Amino acid sequence: MLWFSLLVLIPLSAVLATAAAGGWSGFWQAVTNEQTAAAIRLTVSQAVLVTLVNVVVGTMIAWVLVRDHFFGKGALEVLIDIPFALPTIVAGLVLLSLYGQDSPLGIDVANKRSSVFLAFLFVTLPFVVRMVQPVLAELDRDVEEAAASLGASKFTTFRRVILPALTPAIAAGAALSFARGVSEYGSLVLLSGNLPFKTEVTSVRILGSIENDNLAGATATATVLLVISLTVIVLLDIIQRKVASRG
Amino acid sequence: MAKYLLRTFVIVYLFLLVAWPVALVVTNTFDDGLTSLRSLFEDGDVMAALRLTLIAATTAVVINTVFGVGMSLLLVRYEFPGKRALSALVDLPLSVSPIVVGLSLVLVYGGRDGWFGPTLESWGFQVIFATPGIIMATAFVALPLVIREVVPVLHEIGIEQEQAAQSLGASARQTFFRITLPAIRWAVVYGVVLSLARSLGEFGAVKVVSGNVLGQTRTATLVVEEKYLNFDQQGAYAMAFLLAMVSVACIVIVAIIRPKEGART
Repeated sequence: MLWFSLLVLIPLSAVLATAAAGGWSGFWQAVTNEQTAAAIRLTVSQAVLVTLVNVVVGTMIAWVLVRDHFFGKGALEVLIDIPFALPTIVAGLVLLSLYGQDSPLGIDVANKRSSVFLAFLFVTLPFVVRMVQPVLAELDRDVEEAAASLGASKFTTFRRVILPALTPAIAAGAALSFARGVSEYGSLVLLSGNLPFKTEVTSVRILGSIENDNLAGATATATVLLVISLTVIVLLDIIQRKVASRG
Repeated sequence: MAKYLLRTFVIVYLFLLVAWPVALVVTNTFDDGLTSLRSLFEDGDVMAALRLTLIAATTAVVINTVFGVGMSLLLVRYEFPGKRALSALVDLPLSVSPIVVGLSLVLVYGGRDGWFGPTLESWGFQVIFATPGIIMATAFVALPLVIREVVPVLHEIGIEQEQAAQSLGASARQTFFRITLPAIRWAVVYGVVLSLARSLGEFGAVKVVSGNVLGQTRTATLVVEEKYLNFDQQGAYAMAFLLAMVSVACIVIVAIIRPKEGART
């Protein structure tokens, strides 16, 4: 308990305290600083986009992994976890090798806005999949068969029977991937070029402020990120409780 | 028909996003045979970085394992006010930006104007820009992994066996080592492997707290960035390859452990 406070609680409250020391106006000024605001806008908008993609594609991947059977499925399972375990800086390098200047595909996203999107997509891949998969695996097939035998089309079955059961898991995965996207740093260092106003994300902006000894600005921006993470965690807690109470 | 379409789409998507890029790093590393890997191992600074990473990661993992198991027991077996808040807060390190983690540690333990930093420094114990800071940053980001694995298992096994042991006269210590620990063994191993992967690869938080001093506080992930920015692409790819190998190995180990766990229950 003491260790937890020393390691996590006290440092994080230090961030809030330092941000608060500048007063509300100081905080507001730092956050609405043009460059910072641009960074936050970019980060949040790309994270939202990526989360939407993950919700759709992640559910599809989970579906294939649970319901489909084919040779090499085990390899796919391992692939899903790679973005989670791969060091983020390596992830950036990895993406750069395929989608950078010497891209064998001829797609060059380096130093463009789409690079942020790509990096987020890579690092947040496992979250929705891993949340949905176990729920889908435990789902009773009888209900689907019943729906089908009563004349429901495949689409209707999916929408009315399967989707409601999966929604909490999808929401939890989406929340996690959004939080991860917003806070991502390592994979972007090499990939996005960190051009102010264009490809600079919030984390990079904070680091820039630290290096310029602008602690007030850094902590103010960090507070915005902290609030986002806290919101996501509270949301997750609520979702989990809801699921638990439904049994 | 739709089934095959879906299957193809998923495979292509994963291939483009994950498999191909990772494979490219491997081919780039071995472009000119083993020379780039060999030159990496002959570089004293790189070896120092690898050693440091290994030390920091191992220490952080050991701390997190002991602490994680204790914390899980606390969260599952005991009732106290603020328990719900605590269990939510445990997840916080997973969603906080690594940069913010680094910043917060600097604010508290920084040598110049941190909350505790100057005091610690006057005792001759430097945290930030030194190995303890790196260990703390690493422990911070990997903190929830063990707890998240152990808590559900603890919930599942219940307390009957522990109570039985206690009623037969076992001490708390005996109960833990003979009953509880064997039951959560696989969850702990799984959490440790995940923490190890995460610890070795930590970049953002370490970058802020380490100061990146060549040969002293530069970790393996920082070497990758450094080499790439210095146009030593071969070196960067070789280093990235090493790190990627470790994390892939971790995942494969986990994948092998998982089915075992299923067969056991």
